[in-house]
Amino acid sequence: MTTKLIVGLDGSEPGDRALEHAKCLSKLIGNCTIELVYIIEWSPYSFQTAEENAMRHKRRDQEIKTATERVIAPALAALNSDGFSANGRVLHGDAAEILNSVATKDKAEQIIVARSKESGFAAKLFGSVTAKLVMSASVPVTVVN
Amino acid sequence: MQTKKIISCAIISLISLFQSSIALAESSIDQTVNEAFSWATGWFVNLIFAPLPGTSFPWIVLWLVVGATVFTFYFGFIQFRAIRHSIALVKGDYSDPNDAGEVSHFQALATALSGTVGLGNIAGVAVAVSIGGPGATFWMILAGLMGMASKFTECTLGVKYRNEYADGTVSGGPMYYISKGFKERGVPGGKFLAGLFAVFCILGSLGGGNMFQANQAHAQISSIVGAYPGWITGIIFALIVFAVIVGGIKSIANVTEKIVPFMGLLYVAAALVIILMNIDKVGWAFEQIFVGAFTGLGIAGGFVGALIQGFKRAAFSNEAGVGSAAIAHSAVRTKEPITEGLVSLLEPFIDTVVICTMTALVIIITGQLTSDPATGLYLVGENGRIITADGSSGVALTSAAFSSALSWFPYVLAVAVVLFAFSTMISWSYYGLKAWTYLFGEGKTTELTFKIIFCIFVVIGAAANLGPVIDFSDAAIFAMAVANIIGLYFLMPIVKKELTSYMSRLKSGEIKKFDNH
Repeated sequence: MTTKLIVGLDGSEPGDRALEHAKCLSKLIGNCTIELVYIIEWSPYSFQTAEENAMRHKRRDQEIKTATERVIAPALAALNSDGFSANGRVLHGDAAEILNSVATKDKAEQIIVARSKESGFAAKLFGSVTAKLVMSASVPVTVVN
Repeated sequence: MQTKKIISCAIISLISLFQSSIALAESSIDQTVNEAFSWATGWFVNLIFAPLPGTSFPWIVLWLVVGATVFTFYFGFIQFRAIRHSIALVKGDYSDPNDAGEVSHFQALATALSGTVGLGNIAGVAVAVSIGGPGATFWMILAGLMGMASKFTECTLGVKYRNEYADGTVSGGPMYYISKGFKERGVPGGKFLAGLFAVFCILGSLGGGNMFQANQAHAQISSIVGAYPGWITGIIFALIVFAVIVGGIKSIANVTEKIVPFMGLLYVAAALVIILMNIDKVGWAFEQIFVGAFTGLGIAGGFVGALIQGFKRAAFSNEAGVGSAAIAHSAVRTKEPITEGLVSLLEPFIDTVVICTMTALVIIITGQLTSDPATGLYLVGENGRIITADGSSGVALTSAAFSSALSWFPYVLAVAVVLFAFSTMISWSYYGLKAWTYLFGEGKTTELTFKIIFCIFVVIGAAANLGPVIDFSDAAIFAMAVANIIGLYFLMPIVKKELTSYMSRLKSGEIKKFDNH
């Protein structure tokens, strides 16, 4: 039975740290698959103009394409060339909720994310994806510093 | 190059309009615009509102009522049968998680509502009760409930027959379902009827979706800052609308789209507060509404007058049967067009049954309509309108009603009216544009031409008087319903087939709720 590790990527430095940790764990575990997940923040309850609605499908495709090309594909290529077993996907929604639901559906062993270095008023006001994930996840979560 | 030429022409024409207006006396510009406008549109208004022979009942009102009644019976009171399922759809219970990132049912509903919730709910209702008395409210609610079935029919067809282009964008609405649906069913004349709808839709977008909004926004601003010529508001509004629809400055539209729902909630909350403050009068107000609905309580035209006003303003406010919402809803990518119809039937409910009724109740219970204490009948002025406490009408009447209980409210209302007017204009500029591109083809130059015409009408709307503007706005929007409802009669069996299939699959469990939470 393969162990699955979910890694939340966001195309920035914390994402890379999470991935590094996943690689270490993968080596230790042995039979392991790394599942890369890039989430585009999106809410079905936001307000849009009629024109934005008409363009939405096209924009969604573009968003997925851009994220796949810029973040997922390079990361997957690097993992594969290093001999890791890995998959990647780009999804829309609430980052914490999506990471958790992917982990549950894939029967993953754990979710790995990295803490962003941002702090202060904004982080306190809006909370962070990491904090929400830790509070609500139904599988173990590793937060990399 | 051509695009630049058109923009520079538009700017030059706006500047020359501005210069010529300075040369003339301020009030005479408004007057000239007003006279020219009445002269140009009078015949059209007369045609649309022509009374049935031997009565004072406009045939077009009967047309809408009959349409809504037919759809209500044909679909077995779908608006009451399916409302719980509609709410579940909006909540996202049936949304496939794999479709995340597409337009949700909630977003389609919110977008369509931002095009309808607006001045119709604030100014339109005031016009209805000041001409038709409190009884107009009863007919308005009834029209709202029946209109839910019309909306259901048109929005289902809007999604089913929309055009999807290779680049992923979509265009939909009555012009597409009439032309494609008629062809599919082998009914002749689809192209002509679709073209007729598109022409009326362009007029509607320039009238109710534009001039009426600009006009009432100006009335509201000048009631706060003092009287000044309407063309000034017109030019400022036109420039902002131009920046958004031509300049593509999304930030203005985005900000408005976020504030408008908040203003809507604030408006309903304020109305509720006033109703609760006068809870002892609510029973009396409903009595006035019911008695007025069947007797007229002294208003011009008796109960028929109340009925005409109620139905007219409901249709103007929620646009059921008009076809505009079908354009807004067609952007949703759903495997089941019927789900979009089921979601859209909530619009007339929210818009008319809830929000319009609140406005009417506030006007009635705050005692804005004067009556003879001896007979209990309303006092009607020479212009056929009930004499109001401070002589105001339209949005000023609603403002006076709210300020009699909450003195600071006119300021909030002024902001709300301006924002509502703006968001309705942006929505209608899209509806008009879709009709325009249907007639003249997709393309940057064709689009730009329409957008510039749209901006010029903002100035005309702000400068003209309420009377001619409201007449033309009503006439243009109702004219859309003429073509649209004929189309719906021919295409309703298609909707019925979709509905029967969907409902049986829902019952059998083939269509399941998704565990999104």
